[in-house]
This record gives sequence, structure tokens and C-alpha cells, in this order.
Amino acid sequence: MSSDSWELLSNQAVAACAVVYFLAVLAHLWEWALLRRATPVLAVSAPLVAAGAGGGGGLTVGTSPSPLRGSPSGEPPSDTSSFEDQERADLFGRIGVALTVVAVSVHVVAMVSRGMAAGRVPWGNMYEFTMTATCFVGIGYLAFYKRFKLGWLGPIVTSFILITLMADVLLLFEGVVPLRDALDSPWLVIHVVAAIIATGAFTLGGMASAMYLVKERWPNTRPGGYLSRLPDLAGLDRVAYRTQAFAFPIWTFAALIAGPIWADHAWGRYWNWDPKEVWAFITWVVYAAYLHARVTAGWRGRSAAILALIGLATLWFNFIGINFFFGSGSMHSYA
Amino acid sequence: MSDRTDAPALGPVEFARWIWRQLTSMRTALFLLFLLALAAIPGSVIPQDNVDSILSAQWRTDHKTLTPIYEKLQLFNVYSSVWFSAIYILLLISLVGCVLPRLAVYARGLGAKPPAAPKNLTRLSAHRSWDGDADVVATATSALRRRRFRVEVAADGRSVAAERGYLREAGNLLFHFSVLVVLFGVASSKLFGFEGGVIVVTGNGFSNSLSQYDSFQSGGLFSDSSLKPFSFTVKNFHADYIETGREAGMAHEFDATVNYQTSPGASSKTASISVNHPLTIDGTQIYLISHGYAPLITVRDGQGNVVYSGPTVFLPEGQDFRSFGVVKIPDSRTADGKPLQLGLQGEFYPTYAFTMATGPISLFPRADNPAISMLVYQGDLGLDSGTPQNVYTLNMKGLKPVIGAKNKPLRLDMMRGDTAQLPGGRGSVTFDGVSQFVKLQISQAPDSWVALLGMCLALLGLLGSLFVRPRRIWVRHDPASGLVEIAALDRSSGGDPTPEVDDLAKELGMPDSKSVSAEGGA
Repeated sequence: MSSDSWELLSNQAVAACAVVYFLAVLAHLWEWALLRRATPVLAVSAPLVAAGAGGGGGLTVGTSPSPLRGSPSGEPPSDTSSFEDQERADLFGRIGVALTVVAVSVHVVAMVSRGMAAGRVPWGNMYEFTMTATCFVGIGYLAFYKRFKLGWLGPIVTSFILITLMADVLLLFEGVVPLRDALDSPWLVIHVVAAIIATGAFTLGGMASAMYLVKERWPNTRPGGYLSRLPDLAGLDRVAYRTQAFAFPIWTFAALIAGPIWADHAWGRYWNWDPKEVWAFITWVVYAAYLHARVTAGWRGRSAAILALIGLATLWFNFIGINFFFGSGSMHSYA
Repeated sequence: MSDRTDAPALGPVEFARWIWRQLTSMRTALFLLFLLALAAIPGSVIPQDNVDSILSAQWRTDHKTLTPIYEKLQLFNVYSSVWFSAIYILLLISLVGCVLPRLAVYARGLGAKPPAAPKNLTRLSAHRSWDGDADVVATATSALRRRRFRVEVAADGRSVAAERGYLREAGNLLFHFSVLVVLFGVASSKLFGFEGGVIVVTGNGFSNSLSQYDSFQSGGLFSDSSLKPFSFTVKNFHADYIETGREAGMAHEFDATVNYQTSPGASSKTASISVNHPLTIDGTQIYLISHGYAPLITVRDGQGNVVYSGPTVFLPEGQDFRSFGVVKIPDSRTADGKPLQLGLQGEFYPTYAFTMATGPISLFPRADNPAISMLVYQGDLGLDSGTPQNVYTLNMKGLKPVIGAKNKPLRLDMMRGDTAQLPGGRGSVTFDGVSQFVKLQISQAPDSWVALLGMCLALLGLLGSLFVRPRRIWVRHDPASGLVEIAALDRSSGGDPTPEVDDLAKELGMPDSKSVSAEGGA
């Protein structure tokens, strides 16, 4: 295949995986909508919950129409209908995850064919970096799905990837061009792949931290609602900590070891206080504070979660903001 | 410091102790970490002298009112400023103060025995019990040893205590110690190192002595005698540009070929320098930073004598390589022999084009259709005053434009090979051709490997402190009732010891059905 046809394949795969991500989002929304009705037995006296049929309902018909028609939403929530809803919700949850697997696979195809088109690793500019980073968010989510019981993260992860990927295609798209000299180095692979994995894991951890704060703010939600089905606060905190503790050493390696070595090769200075470096350092310091906060009395839980979100904000600001606000001032302005 | 406390005044010793306790508390460390992150921000917003001196000089001329304030606040040198240094020095003290006592505790604990089993094992979340024999203690001892626990059997032989994961704290201490190593390495490579910049036109040479550098910065403990006596000649420079797409015009491959000698008299070697591939001569590294054009310009005076000739470095102004430069001719003469100082100032266009909308532009960075466009000045160049001058600009104080046709300042627009006559018998200017120059950075950072080593150790320590799971396990047999109890405590913040307890219990012969309590882990 020629470079052009690889590029075409990549572009089509991005579009295709976006469609599948969209279907996955819908499936998850429908799952959670059903779960709102499938309230536990103790909530029989709760008022009729019609929201499930209202919000997500109309949209999902296209995905899988047959099993939905059976239950008229006006029916009183008896045990059996509640049980059926629970089963259906589980079904849609599984459909959502299956669609996510398909979407991530197509996403990988997009990434690989982009690399084939360029004849190098597919993270030479912002478009490619975003595409690859979101792909790693998806891979990370699926990899930890069983181990950390991440089912509750489905709607958040899929919509995050969908939105980021769409923004990437609309705002950052670029055709394949050869690498400029400074990027033509084995360190591109090492430094950037580490940065991408860390970014993916920090993003997942940040989602858990965000849900921690939401759940902490509204602890007494209606049983059956989304929040009540999240893991308890300690569980959310543990998932957030584990993913972020996984990401932190990788980020340390990417930003403070591989980066300086490469910079030393390319620019003759291992640390130059370039805006991108400054913000990578800031991110590192904030996450270091997060790890410290988590073992310090009085900083556990809420404060630590806020620190983690600040860290995530600096991370994404570094990636996107630096290029737009500081532009040519940064030696990293290409990525 | 805080004077507004109502408590009885502290003596100097108590006060010092109070300060020390405050400084080394975790809360202060967190606060300082946060402050460090905040303090780093201005340096990414305001151009820094040591990062891009041209940009910061430009910023200073653009912001007349803010500049003196920023200068006072050291905002052009954030990372070497007093306040930034203060934060990280306080952080270091806090780190040392936090780590030293822990080091002592760790050293004392290194040979310590695992603490004896607590009275009430059922209180621990990971806990199992069943009826068993007394030999369970012996089995547990060897099973725990196999699992690389440190094991201690109680004096009465009824219980065994085990602990593992001592490396977590070791990793933690190693990480904090490595931060000090990194700072030491950075400081040392800065103090003993230097960094210089030089522009060399292809065909010209450079020998490593202070006078040859265009810019030179060195650390406080650097001495000129540590400059290695090498020299080199830039033979050739080659650049490839991206032809199409959004990144068109960007150089994607460029390299310079040099001949070098490690010392005068040594044999000459050939090497190539390109981005990512610096040349190292005798511990000094030579980097190719950027490149540009040096038009060959010849100036003849009114009597036809050559008064200026050669490649003239024009500094690129953007990715299209439109470049700015000057020519200074201090010793020209008019046709009737009167002394005359001339200055040319203007731009070089590698691929010249002209539209009414944009004026003269360069379409592409390659020298496909080179042209220069320069204004001519005469008067006093200011070279005799003895004060050093920027070679890339004219000092306009004593200069007036030469007037050409239609009473407008004379502008010479020349393609390669053109010669322009200057009016009034001032001679002529010829644009002979185009050479290229390379901008090289030459630097020596002697102990940078220390910083790298420190960072790698820090990573190693970090891995230990994050992923080693310190754990205590107790097994107890009560001879009166025959009850066997096993319980575990996870001392890290993310682990769940229940699976290991189950595994061990099975090994010790717990019947499958009789699991007593199994709450989720902490």
C-alpha cells in the first residue's frame, strides 16, 4: 500500500471508530437510564421514575431496537420489571463494553495506519499525539476494566474519547508530513510513548478523582441513580490512587529522564526551562504533592482529589495551551 | 516571622526548634511544593534571558513601563531569582529534615523483629480462623519464610509474626536522597561548565579560544584553561525542506560537514554535525543550532578599488528565511578621493517574489531566486569611538540615507550577479552570490551524568516506594481451643491483603467451607 492509501485508511478508521464510540456512549447511557428504573427492592415506594424513557431512550432505538419495546414505562415498578430492567441494563452495559472494544480496535488501526503512512511513529504532531493519547486512554480503560471493576467509568471514558477525538479531527487535523530534524530520533519513541501512556493513565485517574468529588458532594442520591452505583468513596480513591501512582513514575521517566537526555542530544542543554518543560515540571510537582497529600492526615480524600485534578489540568494545559498561547516561543511548539 | 502570638515569648532555642518543626512538617512540604509549581509559571510566560535573550530584549523594548518592575522582581531570570531559589532551598531543608529522622528510624528498624501478634486478631479486616493442630505454627513459619517474609516465632511457640516490604521505606528514602543528588549534579555542571555560541560561514574555521566566540557564558568555577585546544573548519552545509503541506518550508534535514583537529598539529578528521547528532571533541560538544544565508557582497569605491568583499551573515527573521543584515564600509572613497564611510542595511530573500499586497517576500527558504534589497547610508559609522558595536545593526546616530532618484532614499534591489552604481561617484555594490552559515553551540557540562544518575536513582526509589507493599501477617494457635487464627495488615495505602491471607490459610490446611470472616481490605 502506498503512503496515500495508508493515510486514507487512517482517516476513514478515525471516522469509523468515532461512530462506534458514539454507539458505545449511547449504549452506556441507555444502560444507566435503565438502571435508574431498576431500583433495588427496598425502593418500591419510590415515585415512578420516568427519566429512563425520556432522555436517552429515543436516541438508542437505532442501536438495538428489539429488546426495548417490551416494557411500557408507565408500568409500576414491581420486582419483576425491576429485575428485567436490571438484566437489560447489564445487557446494554455489555454491549457498550463490546462496542468500546471494537472502537478501540479500529482506533488502533487508525493509529497504526497513520504510522505506516508517515513511515514513522504516529506522534509527530498534535493531531497524531491526541489520536494516540486518546487511544491509550481507551486501551488503559479496557486493560483495567476487570481488575479495578471500571464498569461505572464506561459512559465517561467513551464520551471523553469521542469528544477529544472529534475536536482533534476538526481543529488539529494535518496531512502526513515527514518529521523535522529535531524529532528524528529514537528518543521520540521513548520520550513520547512514555508521555502518552502517562497522560492516558493520569486522565483515567483524574476521572475517578472527579467522580470522588461529585460523590462526596452529593452522598445521598436516589438509589439506582448513577452516583449510587459508583464504587464507595474509599474505592474511588483507591482506583484514582492506583492509576495515578502507575502514571507518576512513567511521567517522571518521560519528562525528567528521557526528555532531558533527548534535549541534550538535540539542543545541547538537558534542561532549558522551555515553557513545555516548565509545565511538565509543574505537573510533576503537583502530582508529587498529590502522592504526599494522600498519606498526610487532613489532606486525604477531598484535598488529594482536588490536587489530582489540578495536576490533570496542568497536564492538558501543557499539551494544548502551551501551543496556542505561547506558540513559537516554545521549542516544543510542534507537539 | 510570626510575632503576633499571645503565648509567652519563646527563647531562641525553642524558637529555632519551633521553626524547624514547622519547616519539616508534611503540611509545609506540601505548601512549598505547591508554591514551587506556582513560582515556575511566570518563567513560562515572560521571556527569560537565559532561554532566549533576543526575545527577552525585544520584550523589554516593547514594554517600557513594566520592564523596570519586572527587572526588580527578577522576572527575566525566574529560575535563578532569589525568591525561586528561596522556595526550593526551603523545600530542600524541609526534605532533609523530614528524611533524616526517618533514616534514623529506618536504620534502627532494619534489624528489628516483626512486632508480636496483637491480642485481638479478629479486629483486622483480613482475618481467617479454623480448628487445627499445634504444628500449624511450624508450617506457617516455613511457608512465610518461603514468601520472603521476615519471621519471628513467639517465645511460647504458639504464634508467629511475619513482616515484609521493608524496601518501600528504603525506596522512599532513596527517592528523597536522589533529589539531592540531582540538584548537586545540576549545580556542579553549571558551575564548572560553559556554553558558547558562534556563527561560522561555510568554508571558514573556528579554533576553541575565548576570543572566537560570539557569546559565552560560564559557571562561577569555570576557568579559561579548561577550554580544549581543538579547531575545525565548516566545509559544507546542506538542508532539505518540506515542499508541501502546512509545514511546507520547514527544514527537515540539515547537516554540516566539518574537518576538525583535536589540537594544533594533530591529524585532521572529517565529521558531520546535524540536529540530534552533535559532535563531541575531547568532552566538548558541538551542536548545530540553526543556519542561514551569507550573501557575497563586493563594494568598490569611487576609484574602482575593492573596499569590502566576502560573505556577510544575514540573520533569518522567520521560517521563510527572509533575513536581515548590514554591511559596514569604513574606508571608502569618492571618485575624487575624499574619504567616505558607507553603511548598507536591508534584507535578503532566498526565493524572491513581489506582490503589491505583500511587498517583497520570500516564497521558500531555499536559495532558488536570491535577491537583496538594501538602503544605503553615509556618514559616521561610529566604529572609531572604541565602544563595541553590534555587527548585525548599523548605529544610525551619525548616518544619513543616501538620496537616489525622485528624491527618495536610495534602495538597491539586486538579483544574483547584479551590480548597482552608487550616485555621486560613491562607487558600486555587487551581489556576487550566496554562501551559508551555521550557528553552533559549543558547550561543556562536566557532571551532567551525576544529575542523570540521580534522576534514575530517584525513579528506582519511586518505584519501590509506590509498588512495594509492606505487609504484616500473624498466625496463632490456641492450644486450649485448638483455634487457628491468621490475620494480615497492609501498611501501604493501596493494597488488599485478603487474597494472600486466603492463599496462606489454604496452605496451612484451612477447610474450604469454613471461612469465618472476609470483609474487604483496607
